[in-house]
Amino acid sequence: MRDKWKLWLIGFIGFILAILWLTPFYLMIVNAFKMKRDIFADTLGLPETWTFENFIQAFEQLDFLRTLFNSLLISGVSVVIIIIFSAMAAYALSRNKSKISSLLFFVFVAAMLIPFQSVMIPLVAQFGKLGMLNKAGLIFMYLGFGCSLSIFLYHGTLKGIPISLDEAAKIDGANRFQVFWYIIFPLLKPMSITVGILNVIWIWNDYLLPSLVIGGAGSETIPLKLFFFFGQYTKQWHLALAGLTLSIIPVIIAYFFAQRQIIKGIADGAVK
Amino acid sequence: MRNRDAAYWLFLTPVLAALILVVIIPLIYGFYYSFTNWNGLGTPDFIGLKHYLDLFTDKGFLDTFWFTIKFSVAAIVVINIIGLSLALIVTSKIKSSNILRTVFFMPNLIGGLILGFIWQFIFIKVFGAIGDLTGIEAFNGWLSTTDTGFWGLIILTSWQMAGYIMIIYIAYLQAVPEDLIEAAKIDGANSFQRFRHITFPLVAPAFTVSLFLTLSHSFKIYDQNLSLTNGAPYNSTEMVAMNIVKSAFTENDMAYAQAKAVIFFVIVAVVSLTQVYINKKREVEL
Repeated sequence: MRDKWKLWLIGFIGFILAILWLTPFYLMIVNAFKMKRDIFADTLGLPETWTFENFIQAFEQLDFLRTLFNSLLISGVSVVIIIIFSAMAAYALSRNKSKISSLLFFVFVAAMLIPFQSVMIPLVAQFGKLGMLNKAGLIFMYLGFGCSLSIFLYHGTLKGIPISLDEAAKIDGANRFQVFWYIIFPLLKPMSITVGILNVIWIWNDYLLPSLVIGGAGSETIPLKLFFFFGQYTKQWHLALAGLTLSIIPVIIAYFFAQRQIIKGIADGAVK
Repeated sequence: MRNRDAAYWLFLTPVLAALILVVIIPLIYGFYYSFTNWNGLGTPDFIGLKHYLDLFTDKGFLDTFWFTIKFSVAAIVVINIIGLSLALIVTSKIKSSNILRTVFFMPNLIGGLILGFIWQFIFIKVFGAIGDLTGIEAFNGWLSTTDTGFWGLIILTSWQMAGYIMIIYIAYLQAVPEDLIEAAKIDGANSFQRFRHITFPLVAPAFTVSLFLTLSHSFKIYDQNLSLTNGAPYNSTEMVAMNIVKSAFTENDMAYAQAKAVIFFVIVAVVSLTQVYINKKREVEL
């Protein structure tokens, strides 16, 4: 009986905390639907008259479809090449047990210690000289920053895949690439999902690197465009909040459909 | 696969090229530039340790540094207490645990920049409205002073990161064997004793992981800093990462900014290596 009462209490506390956790989203959304003067009159309550005007204006100002497309393109391409190239590299490093392999693996892991700010200035200067401050350059940089953790995670999984599988496929006449692509890579699928999730979260939300690399109008990602948009409408909260709400929608949709994999991916990535 | 196999190097080429061009060469150049008067263009002249010596008397930078340390310490404590509490709630046998976990984790998926803007609205407009409504003075003027900026940043990052830390604690809590808890229950241990003597020791590794994760996250924070306070008032809530970006790209003081970046790198590396050392030591003891 006492246990039941205790569970009820914990459930109740959890419920209150969940409400508290969602309050910022509630405040953002309801105020995004208000007329400008309503935000000043009543910030906490529901809108007196619901208006979509803010969203229409924010949608246009953010050039939302194009910005969304830029974000999808950059995150999508970056994550795909991180997955494929990191898996390939981890495969080579795990199947070749030489001193060079251990050294390279060490270098990749050690690179995880380097904070972005400590390489950003020469990075931008040098890529600028090469004329690579554009989307392609940005994607290449994401490969450089994203590959370390990914190789580390794949390497751990590959240790558990028996080498006899490789050998059997080789006897059947498969070359290295075929062994990797048709035998090993499919076996790595669960880890590829984890690697994909971990990388897409930071790349999708990254602001600083794109702000230094892609300046040109029309190629901004969501965080970049939102930063300028917010700067323009600091005193016009109804528009700013509508813009914020719009830009969160894609993430919430993805979370709704893939929350189990996302939470599992985060746990796998953090604990290892 | 042998070293002299073309396949071996072909498999490694894409990531090696990226790592070398994006991380390793800039890192080496960064060290070099920090000893020169490089301004982003042209050939740099070697000026030795000048920038590093200047840094020790640069009040702006030292203040930033001190603010970052204070922020990190407070963030570590608050985030871990909240994260562990959330994990304990979610792993208790309540029916709503899945939905609660989903809710608590949600802020993590959204970028720090967007979250900072949302909280800017809350601290300025909503807190203001609550202040007017209740007449409590403490709700007014948030983000306009150093203290409210500091606690604003703590609230923002705790709200964002507690769910992440919760996931880590959950992973360890779920590994605690059920029968051990049951046995202790039968022996008459109350829930505090069970936590203190069974759960806590088994979850101890999670503390190391979480403490270091929160430390390195909060020490390197940039987006939240930029969108919530942007250093205001008078750069008093500016943290190291932001200070480096500003002195490089706003003040165009490239080589000086790079010297700051080298110090930043050394500190982050030392913190991370300490964690690796502690983890290895524990593995040996086990």
